[in-house]
Amino acid sequence: MKHLSLRAILLATAVSMAPAAYAETPADTLVVAAQIDDIISLDPAQSFEFSGTDVDNNLYDRLVDFDPMDMAAGFKPSLAEGWEVSEDGKTITMTLRDGVKFHSGNPVRAEDAAWSLQRAVKLNKSPAFILNQFGFTPENVDQMVSFDGNKLILKLDQPYAQSFVLNCLASNVASVVDKETVMGHVEGEDFGNAWLSTNEAGSGPYTLGTWRPNEAVQFVAYEDYWQGAPAMKRVIVRHVQESSAQRLLLEQGDIDVARNLTPTDVDGISGNDKLVIGTEPRGRIMYMGLSQKDPLLSKPEVVEAMKYLVDYKGIEDSFLKGQFKTHQNFLPEGYLGASDENPWTYDIEKAKKILTDAGITSGTVKTAVRDIREYVDVAQTLQASMAQVGLTLEIQQMTGAQVLDAYRARQVPIFIGEWGPDYADPNTNASTFAYNPNNADDAKLSYLAWRNSWAVPEDMNKATVAATIEGNTEKRVQMYLDIQKEYREIAPIVPLFQRIEQAGIQKNVKNWVAGGAVSSVFYRQVTKE
Amino acid sequence: MTNPDMVNGPGQAGLPPVKGGMPGLGPSRWRRRAKSVGGVAVSLVLTLLGLLLVTFIIGRVMPIDPVLKVVGERATQAQYDAAYQAMGLDRPLWDQFLRYMAEVLRGDFGRSISTGHPVVEDLKRVFPATFELALLGTLIGVFVGVPLGVIAAAQRGGWIDQIARVVALVGYSMPIFWLGLMGLLLFYGILGWVGGPGRQGIIFDGFVPTVTGMILVDSLIARDWAAFRDAFSHIILPASLLGYFSLAYISRMTRSFMLEQLSAEYITTARVKGLSEWRVIWGHAFRNIFVPLITVIALSFGSLLEGSVLTEIVFSWPGIGQYITKALLAGDMNAVLGGTVLIGTCFVALNLISDILYRVLDPRAK
Repeated sequence: MKHLSLRAILLATAVSMAPAAYAETPADTLVVAAQIDDIISLDPAQSFEFSGTDVDNNLYDRLVDFDPMDMAAGFKPSLAEGWEVSEDGKTITMTLRDGVKFHSGNPVRAEDAAWSLQRAVKLNKSPAFILNQFGFTPENVDQMVSFDGNKLILKLDQPYAQSFVLNCLASNVASVVDKETVMGHVEGEDFGNAWLSTNEAGSGPYTLGTWRPNEAVQFVAYEDYWQGAPAMKRVIVRHVQESSAQRLLLEQGDIDVARNLTPTDVDGISGNDKLVIGTEPRGRIMYMGLSQKDPLLSKPEVVEAMKYLVDYKGIEDSFLKGQFKTHQNFLPEGYLGASDENPWTYDIEKAKKILTDAGITSGTVKTAVRDIREYVDVAQTLQASMAQVGLTLEIQQMTGAQVLDAYRARQVPIFIGEWGPDYADPNTNASTFAYNPNNADDAKLSYLAWRNSWAVPEDMNKATVAATIEGNTEKRVQMYLDIQKEYREIAPIVPLFQRIEQAGIQKNVKNWVAGGAVSSVFYRQVTKE
Repeated sequence: MTNPDMVNGPGQAGLPPVKGGMPGLGPSRWRRRAKSVGGVAVSLVLTLLGLLLVTFIIGRVMPIDPVLKVVGERATQAQYDAAYQAMGLDRPLWDQFLRYMAEVLRGDFGRSISTGHPVVEDLKRVFPATFELALLGTLIGVFVGVPLGVIAAAQRGGWIDQIARVVALVGYSMPIFWLGLMGLLLFYGILGWVGGPGRQGIIFDGFVPTVTGMILVDSLIARDWAAFRDAFSHIILPASLLGYFSLAYISRMTRSFMLEQLSAEYITTARVKGLSEWRVIWGHAFRNIFVPLITVIALSFGSLLEGSVLTEIVFSWPGIGQYITKALLAGDMNAVLGGTVLIGTCFVALNLISDILYRVLDPRAK
């Protein structure tokens, strides 16, 4: 018995030993390896994680949208073919495109668009604030958002800049869902949230094949898509945690795109003539938040000196190589009003002089850093340069949830981490880095300025709000440049680097677009040669 | 943990020892059997209840805020509070536990906050993946480890014994993470003998209808040989790796059990009677180590069933180890509790099976 089984196993092993022929992936299928374990819901009114919005971006259409082949052009008409703004600037009337159908076959109507926005506001999940900025509340949204025939009518509480409103309508939370389909799956007061968390009801270029959490998402092309059926008939995104495993899969031709390669693995494949490296600046900003509650860090001289204690170039060229670039402004490149001025360099002598002039020669800060390699590495180089000017930094590594918990309670003296914009308008970052209406402990706000206990000066608060109302786009850009100029001089929340996404891509795959700084991944324009 | 009688423990307090009855008497034997079944059921329930209670308490005092996983870092305080209440976290701990238990009794393990899916659905997906891997790993461990241990004991100090020792030592001390990556690099990356990370090649993904959730079995049911071959090429490397680790343990234990037997007097007697060495070892000594060996194998299988997190990460294997670890880090207690109940049940079931096997294999235990 035993011998027989042993033989069976040997036999089975021998069968598997025959070299398997690894052809490339099928010509009409795109296979992507990525870390997608952050998806907790596919409902556009709830989903707010990177991978979740990556999925929704391809399942749903929005009223206005970005063109993956021309991201720099900004938002363009999508389900709304045009819009008009009333004279007082407080009413926007959008005309819905004719003849577009949801995946269910139902026509896309102004009624669906209105209901989708009302639904998102009433559900009041995390991304709802993007819409609530226009004065929408669960109580008034039925009056503020209405429809008439094929017109969608939005009433705003202020004459907001058109670019501000439309940039927000291009975000995931404003996706248009199929009202009739979702209504069939409503449980109690949930507006179909439980069902939409694992299903979809969109009109986008792809329908959802399957979503197996921590494992894979499969898309199937929607042949009747109004902008034309996508070339890739199937898209499979597989969760592969490890960079080295993604690299192996890519080198073997088992996947087309690897999205989470470390600088080492990018280096490793750079000589491979079957592969190319795609490079795209994304919206995420790595920053250093200096809590103004800390007795040492709240001194303006210390804040000033800290800006010279970061080895920007050294970090950019070593462990963040190719994946971050120095960027010392809160608006990332690719955003309206972004600034490319980077005034600070690594300068120990200058930092030392600033501190000694202020009479500071020693001090200790204890901080928590999330256990992500990049953040810990940045914290450690900071620790080394701080030591050179007499400051001691004690670092405690914690999980993301633990650090976030402490950060929300304003208890992280030096926060090192990333901020990702929530929507495509500059206000998304201005309103968190440079805005804090109430610096009291019990205000419990979610702005970064509040979390770092920074009382933003009143004129900066006002300027940030005013910039959302300025109708002239050129003037609006200037306002953001001015805010950032003042911000660079005084703010204790210091932007350091901007994220660059490096994807390993098979050479025959064309038009890979991860979404640039303002959006999420698009699959519909991808082709294979 | 190592006591195979654990299942007979709590539920049978106060009953006379099983072996104390008069053998061969029909009615009392049946009654005993009924009592034993009842005892097992009671002990199963008590074990699981205790497990749930302890896990629940640990989960609730853990300094991880599950609400944050749900609402994300942008949430306003009002949204946070709403989610906090919706999750019932404002109620006293005992009240939360009772509510949870009431739902569990109705077969509802709730929804996982880290996947958005019902926990039962999640477990149906991740457990078969781990089970398949653990089973194959254990089979490799047994069919290589046991003979290796026996031979090592029989030729104590010989070259096979030395090799077995080195194999076991390496198995104990090598980081599985590194070994897994090197294995992938060599057998997948360079030689191309096996499939890469994941349970299936991309083109087979989703094509075999799910019956058991174990792809090897499902593809056999569907008579899809190409899918079977593909799934086998993906599972063989991680299974061999896990098999290697269980082999290291099983072979060392087998060796020491055998050494104990080989020094016993009945072996000397058998040799004096002129039996061949083969019969002395396999016919006499080996038969007598069945019972402790089964305990060792059952434990080793049980520990693989919990899921080897690192192996699962290296091989992108969507199993229960990754699932529970991820849930734990997110404070996703529904998922953690559901997974704990499942693994707890497995351990109880394994104990039960090994208990039955003892009785079959060892006449004295009947």
